[in-house]
Amino acid sequence: MTAGLPLWEVFVRSKNGLSHRHVGSVHAAGARMAVQAARDVYTRRMEGVSLWVVPSAAITASDPADSAALFEPAEDKVYRHPTFYVVPDNIKHI
Amino acid sequence: MRYDLAVQLGDDALILGHRLSEWCGHAPTLEIDLALANIGLDLLGQAQFFLALAGGSEGQGRDADTLAYRRTEDEFRNCLLVEQPNGDFARTIARQFLFSAWQELQFRALAAGSDKAIAEIAEKAVKEVTYHASFAADWVIRLGDGTAESHKRMAEGLDWCWRFTDELFSGAGAALRPEWDARVNAVLAEAGLHTPKPVRGITGGREGRHSEHLGHSLAEMQYLQRAFPDAVW
Repeated sequence: MTAGLPLWEVFVRSKNGLSHRHVGSVHAAGARMAVQAARDVYTRRMEGVSLWVVPSAAITASDPADSAALFEPAEDKVYRHPTFYVVPDNIKHI
Repeated sequence: MRYDLAVQLGDDALILGHRLSEWCGHAPTLEIDLALANIGLDLLGQAQFFLALAGGSEGQGRDADTLAYRRTEDEFRNCLLVEQPNGDFARTIARQFLFSAWQELQFRALAAGSDKAIAEIAEKAVKEVTYHASFAADWVIRLGDGTAESHKRMAEGLDWCWRFTDELFSGAGAALRPEWDARVNAVLAEAGLHTPKPVRGITGGREGRHSEHLGHSLAEMQYLQRAFPDAVW
């Protein structure tokens, strides 16, 4: 039965102020049922305050074969990392 | 008075929760497996509160566990609907749909009622039950408005369960019937299903006259406490 159902990617906002984060996927026949399934599978232990589901088919992914061209050039550009700033102690989630 | 009501509410939740636990590991998909187990656990939690309240108001030292594990089936006061076997997924959904729609209405009424202890439990539980009712209604629509096979099974599941619905509205419960009828009929219409024809309802659960299915269910549920009284782990 699962095989015939579309796949949905699930995003959970763990608390207000934070962004939705990808947590996994569910099979469901429609968007409403995907939200229910995501609620039952991923938020049973108070993991979230908000859910998004997105049809997996709607996601365009980068090609692993392109990863050298896409990502490796950033490796030696350490000056792009904001490591030279002091982050105040009371700033969380950075 | 409070004991009678609390035991009825607790037994409904306990027995249906146990029935749903039988799906664990057997549901059509992982998502449904977790959903049914979640609903079962919600019901088990409600049973714990209601039976603890019943034991306390009875004042003979029986706690929730004693009431759950040490009564015989003629002492149970659950409605007949919840003890019916799971059948296929469609029948389980039919049972859940009819029961949760009623339970939601009942808990809303109890939450505004005069018995504060019962009202507190009902108010907490109604959030859970609202979800159960909408989950089951969505599946009724999905199966009823699905393939020829799913439509047939959903109709059969409703037919099977329908004769046990009158019992929900016996006595003072009759006041909930019009709203329940309206809700059920609206979902069935959306699902492309006919409301089952009126049948002579089977009752007796509230007086302790149960179908043969409850005894088998209790035998499994109570086995450990019967074989090893007061066992803990």
